[in-house]
Amino acid sequence: MRFERRDHPSRLLTVLAPIGAILAALVVAGLLIAIAGANPIRAYGLILKGAFGSRLGLSETLTRATPLILTGLAAAVAFRARLWNIGGEGQLYLGALAAPALGMIPIMASLPAPITILLCLAVGAIAGMILLLIPLGLRLRFGVDEVVTTLLLNFVAVLFVSLMIEGAMKDPLAFGWPQSVPVPDSAILPKLMERTRLHAGLLIALAMSVAVWWLQARTVFGMRARAAGLNPRAAAFAGVPLGRTLIAVACLSGGLAGLAGAIEVMGVKGYVTTDLSPSYGYSGIVIAMLANLNPIGVIGAALFSAVMFVGADSMSRALSIPSYIADVTVALSLLTMLVAIFLAQYRIRR
Amino acid sequence: MTPVLELSGITKRFGHVTANEDVSLHLDKGEIVSLLGENGAGKTTLMSILFGHYTADEGTVRVEGQELPPGRSRAAIRAGVGMVHQHFALAPNLTVLENVMTGTEPLWKLRSDRAAGRRKLVDLSARFGLKVEPDARVSDLSVGECQRVEILKALYNDARILILDEPTAVLTAQEAESLFATLRQMTGEGLSLIFISHKLHEVMSASDRVVVLRRGKVVAERRTSDTTREELAELMVGRKVERPARPPATPGAVLLEGVDLHVSGKGGASLQGISFKLRAGETLGIIGVSGNGQTTLAGLVSGLMAPDSGALLVKGQTVATHDVPHAIAAGIGRIPEDRNAEGTIGDMATWENAVLERIWSPDFSRRGVVRRAAARSATEDIIKGYDVRGATVDGRIRLLSGGNMQKLILGRVLEAGPDILVAAQPSRGLDEGAIAGVHERLLEARGRGAGVLLISEDLDEVIALSDNIRAIVNGRLSPAIPAERANAQLLGLMMAGDWSAAEAIEAENTHAI
Amino acid sequence: MSVFLDILASVGMWEAVLRIATPLILGTLGVLLCERVGVLNLGIEGIMTFGAMIGWLTVYSGGDLWTGMLVAALGGAMFGFLHALLTVPLGLSQHVTGLGITLFASSFSYYVFRLAVPTASSPPTVEPFRPLEIPLFADIPFLGPVLFNQTAPTYLALVMVALLAWVLYRTPLGLAIRMAGENPHAVDAQGIDPIWLRIGTIMAGSALMGMGGAFLTLAAFNSFFPTMIQGRGWICVALVVFASWRPARALLGALLFAFFDAYQLRLQTVVEGVPYQLFLMLPYVLSIVALILMARRARVPQALMQPYRRGER
Repeated sequence: MRFERRDHPSRLLTVLAPIGAILAALVVAGLLIAIAGANPIRAYGLILKGAFGSRLGLSETLTRATPLILTGLAAAVAFRARLWNIGGEGQLYLGALAAPALGMIPIMASLPAPITILLCLAVGAIAGMILLLIPLGLRLRFGVDEVVTTLLLNFVAVLFVSLMIEGAMKDPLAFGWPQSVPVPDSAILPKLMERTRLHAGLLIALAMSVAVWWLQARTVFGMRARAAGLNPRAAAFAGVPLGRTLIAVACLSGGLAGLAGAIEVMGVKGYVTTDLSPSYGYSGIVIAMLANLNPIGVIGAALFSAVMFVGADSMSRALSIPSYIADVTVALSLLTMLVAIFLAQYRIRR
Repeated sequence: MTPVLELSGITKRFGHVTANEDVSLHLDKGEIVSLLGENGAGKTTLMSILFGHYTADEGTVRVEGQELPPGRSRAAIRAGVGMVHQHFALAPNLTVLENVMTGTEPLWKLRSDRAAGRRKLVDLSARFGLKVEPDARVSDLSVGECQRVEILKALYNDARILILDEPTAVLTAQEAESLFATLRQMTGEGLSLIFISHKLHEVMSASDRVVVLRRGKVVAERRTSDTTREELAELMVGRKVERPARPPATPGAVLLEGVDLHVSGKGGASLQGISFKLRAGETLGIIGVSGNGQTTLAGLVSGLMAPDSGALLVKGQTVATHDVPHAIAAGIGRIPEDRNAEGTIGDMATWENAVLERIWSPDFSRRGVVRRAAARSATEDIIKGYDVRGATVDGRIRLLSGGNMQKLILGRVLEAGPDILVAAQPSRGLDEGAIAGVHERLLEARGRGAGVLLISEDLDEVIALSDNIRAIVNGRLSPAIPAERANAQLLGLMMAGDWSAAEAIEAENTHAI
Repeated sequence: MSVFLDILASVGMWEAVLRIATPLILGTLGVLLCERVGVLNLGIEGIMTFGAMIGWLTVYSGGDLWTGMLVAALGGAMFGFLHALLTVPLGLSQHVTGLGITLFASSFSYYVFRLAVPTASSPPTVEPFRPLEIPLFADIPFLGPVLFNQTAPTYLALVMVALLAWVLYRTPLGLAIRMAGENPHAVDAQGIDPIWLRIGTIMAGSALMGMGGAFLTLAAFNSFFPTMIQGRGWICVALVVFASWRPARALLGALLFAFFDAYQLRLQTVVEGVPYQLFLMLPYVLSIVALILMARRARVPQALMQPYRRGER
């Protein structure tokens, strides 16, 4: 048996790939549910009901999707340029920490809300950028593979957050709980739905998807970044400044992950703890791959993950199936997606 | 007598492409048979089937009358078939002995017998005059030495039939001569050889018999003594292809000048103080054995690297910023040495490949936004104007054949109307028809007053296209000789670093002027 | 100052070094094996998690400790097979596949763990490996308790270093493995199928990772809890670069690393005024430093991360 590259990867297959991948993942996860003694169809029904069945469920799903869109974009733009940013989790935490840190500056309280919000978002993005520029610098300067360094920096970043929220940024009013000082009131993102947690961050995330799409599809930067990723030697021959392009990509990618953190703090929690993110950064990688690195596709992929996570919570209460089934399904869908993309590009010969 | 090797009725298809169609050939003991054909004629596929790397759709392979099971290279090796690959199948970080011994012992043996392996290797190396150091790391070896290791690997496996796939592609003329001597010695020892090549003079001098392959089929078979280069050329290409002739030059002002250039050359060979002048309407050919600084010279002029000292002058002006956009803006057109690795990005669209190197120009972008319509219509023009077959504006470029890819590259470069053209190995790996097309374009550019810096390892090409020829040896340039005075012997001396004859010719010419 | 030296003079500290090093040794050897044959295995973090979980679960459900280790090894090999299937014959991105394996293996482990142990306020425990005193040697002052009073898996890990070095450098199989990591075409040309060679080697390497994980739940601790691997897998990936892909140096790297870890754990208790998080960061920062030191010096297997397809170059 051997695989042959298709001359013309079928459009249809490319579009069907994520759907097939998700179905395959659901089937395998369904088996796991069945082994645990529950009816998979019923379980999936409950997941859908939990995620969409009520105003609250829907709002929770969209709230959950918001950071996932951003971390998904962060991974997608980086992977396009073959920059293996696996550090979304750490960048998200630093971005989250930046907002309350900025709030500690006295002048912030007197600024009007829109300006505070913009400043907090910007600082969050910059914090994420900085964390990614370190491993990129190590790659460009010393040739250190960024996969491992970004992974390791995730742990460093979370420990740093822990250090800050138990130290310099500790909330004195939190009865000793390790949590940061709250973000200033003027930096809280407005709600999109009354009496839910859904906030304006969703709009920012959606706008970012469109902006990133435009940047990649229409600008010189986007074209160069893709060229640098696909064939660095040919890109260099064509005059693409590889180092500078990668730095720009890193700023964008780290910035988006940092933004995810800042928005999560400013929209949902109001303060930082070390359990702020249930692996949003890592899920972003899955989402980017599910979307085939397409920035618009990221929205759909993020929604799928959010539905699984939110729905699985309520399903697990009803059927006593561990809610980890959501993580299993999402992780599986990454693997099945990889295979699906492959099958869309290759044909099998005996 | 049964032939030692017999291929009969081999057919192999890849998708809708038929690589081999009903190919039959045989090899007698002690014989050297050349398999002659252009790139893509199906030579390598055929040999891969013989060696068990591919499974044929139809047909059989027999070694000494025994049929080989298809798709099992192990069986081929055991039957005494050895293959010397064009791209050496060697592990650079391992030693010569380790490379030779891999796969020669049962995998699950608890201890590899290095001492016995070393003895056998040393014996073979002495017997066939293939000198190697068993403990040398392969990455430290020269190309010629690597090839010796490849041959020894096959001999170590007790090969009686040896297949050499384009063995001289990477060798100097002297190394090739000594290889042919070794091959003769091998047939004397009872080995039989298949020699794959598309170089006519080698085929004529090295083999007893020639099998010509065209478009996957055997089109002719000749005893070498009964044929001529001309006949073989026509058989190989299928028609008479005339390469265009070079009209007399009308050299103008100096367009490109190098003054005592030193370049350390990242990864490649360095340049050690070279000076040259290239005039308008002139082609300067640079010959040399690969790895002597050609790539660095091309890279320097192309804007990929800066000199450590010395100056590069374009139209009399010293180049201050050595980068690609500045080089292109200064009127330098660049044809890269390696189309696939350097010249194109396979998974990007044709239009993106066509404009990427000039994307910064106002023609193709405004304020950082790509002018897609302009870029696409420029690409459309190139596809039409340069007859890039099989290309669509939005199609991925990896699907194009080498010749059409080169046409696109020529198109994107020449459409910008460069004053200086750097062409590195412009016809490498192309078939005759495509080569003629490339040559025509290069002569056209020269005709309209561009200066062409032609860097090539193909001596026939350099003699045909250049007005003046220099050799590059160890990062230095030889004196220039006019193409009219060039012959194989003189060029061989120049490439070997013996420049006395060339100096005399240069002195003579300077006097004449 | 004497505080720092006191720690160095204590038997407990040095005993801990070997204990902390054991999962790292096994994991690093596993990564090393995979990379030597040309495949990056970022599945390690998840494979160690699965090994830790399934090893523990086996013993918790009544299996003996060695059965637990064996099941962990088999479980590791199983995920290794999955990784190999995707990266070798299909040639998919080794980075992304590895991360996918990690995400899948760890979430799958948590899922199975929660199914088996639905709710418990404190995680249930098993009776772990006891230190195995080697007679006579254990009586040597200082060195005895440090080197010869470890748990059996620690001895096993040390034996594995020697075994792996032997296999890689002294056997025909090891030569083929190294060659597949340098140039799979060359292996193929010598009549060995690089696809199966790679798959088998990745499975073996992943089995070692699984055992490394099981050591944590069956020897170092006695229970399983989510996120317990804490990046140890990634540290192993870094250590392989530090070790320049050589087993003996992998041992050295793991020991060095474990030394710092053991030292910082003890320093935490005696040094005041320095936040404990800084100490905890140390392993990760040190790994990065190790990468920087070795990045350009190490002799990387030339075909690492390059998929092999016949006829494609």
